[in-house]
Amino acid sequence: MLFELREVGLDRGGRAVLDALSAGIPEGSTAIVGPSGAGKSTLLRLLNRLVDPDRGEIHYRDRPLDSYEPLALRREVALVPQLPALLEGTVESNLRYAADLAGEPLEPERTLSLAGLDPSFAERDVTKLSVGEQQRAMLARALAQQPRILLLDEPTSALDHAARDQIEAALAELRRELEISVVLVSHDPEQARRLSDWVLRLEAGRLAGCGPLAEVLA
Amino acid sequence: MVEAAATTSIHIAVWQVAASLVLVALAAAISFWQKADLERDIAVATARSIVQLTLVGYAIKLIFETDTIWLVLALLAVMVFFGAITARHRATKVPGSFGPLLIALALAGGTTLGLVVALGIFDPTPRYLVPVGGMVIGNAMTASAVALNRLGDEMGDARARIEATLALGATAREAAAPTVRRSLRSGMIALIDSTKTTGLIFFPGTMVGMLLAGASPTDAVRLQLILLYTLLGSVSISALTATLLAYRNFFTPAAQLREPEEPVTTAA
Repeated sequence: MLFELREVGLDRGGRAVLDALSAGIPEGSTAIVGPSGAGKSTLLRLLNRLVDPDRGEIHYRDRPLDSYEPLALRREVALVPQLPALLEGTVESNLRYAADLAGEPLEPERTLSLAGLDPSFAERDVTKLSVGEQQRAMLARALAQQPRILLLDEPTSALDHAARDQIEAALAELRRELEISVVLVSHDPEQARRLSDWVLRLEAGRLAGCGPLAEVLA
Repeated sequence: MVEAAATTSIHIAVWQVAASLVLVALAAAISFWQKADLERDIAVATARSIVQLTLVGYAIKLIFETDTIWLVLALLAVMVFFGAITARHRATKVPGSFGPLLIALALAGGTTLGLVVALGIFDPTPRYLVPVGGMVIGNAMTASAVALNRLGDEMGDARARIEATLALGATAREAAAPTVRRSLRSGMIALIDSTKTTGLIFFPGTMVGMLLAGASPTDAVRLQLILLYTLLGSVSISALTATLLAYRNFFTPAAQLREPEEPVTTAA
């Protein structure tokens, strides 16, 4: 297993956001599904240590997650948040910032193309982009770090159908071109069916199902 | 070396101070008329200014008469302490702001006064160190309070961007850098703007005081310039120190953003 969660729990404001969660996430493409408030985004943030659990353990590649240096871990396990949050400047300056942090060379055209963006976007000011374009620029910025795992938090939640289809096509292409694992949070079971082959289903912070797509979302 | 005049040419009677309270009454009346709800604050501010300035007047008199540097340092330390407490009230969204403010004010006061004495601008005597120290620490307090107030607001508003930057493997310092920069600017800009407009739009307090006391306009201007530049140094040091120390309190050692706390409510 890529990630293994053992009795993981996390509280916020005196309430358990995640409780006694035990599950595995294999290499490949995994979807975390469930209704709003089920703890999906929190689980994703646990996987690259933007937050640590209050109870239980998470293992990554058979080692405790908290034994990894957080900054190095985040460059390897890249998280793209639900809402676009780019730095001021151009798309390329954002890509370069991320690549420099990871110590990776930047190929702007290829990176933009992997995220489904035209090379002309490199010079565009991020404040002039639509939400869908910003979402893809966020994806490109994560890819500029050449991560081994992509954590995507509702990457199409704010988009119309056309923009959603473009992101999904970019993700499918990405999986074909790169040996990269994807963990995707989605409230839409249909999207999980289109993009993943392993599913974790959460309800009210507890595990309601975990396994191959065909078993969990039959 | 700046030299003090032997005497001043004006004396203020108590009735003159009392007469100026008419203007306080005017301020309270405007507040009442416009329902600004500031009457109580005006009354408290007036009462505190009378008590505090009278007490500090006696303290300064004692310090001048004993002419010892240790009493000066003790007075400046008290100013730094109460300055940090006061500034903390303006930085309620910054967790653990007292420590950074205390260090910022102490460093700004110590460095600035140390430099003006080392450069031979002022004598290391109570007559210079007490009033200049008071101005330096007061302005440092305002600058660091404004900077941390902005830091608290910005860290809340920019939470999504900061966490997205942390998610790329940036350090807390890298993720907070734009926020720290804007907070620092906020703390420094007021004094820079007033330095730009000094003499054109308003006459600064020291210059007015010297002119009223009968000093020559040339001396008044020179002393005012020295103090303005001293204060620029002081607010820069305090705003920089306070923001660079305080932003860390928003992060855990593992470069995670701490969950926002309820703002600290304090009595003004």
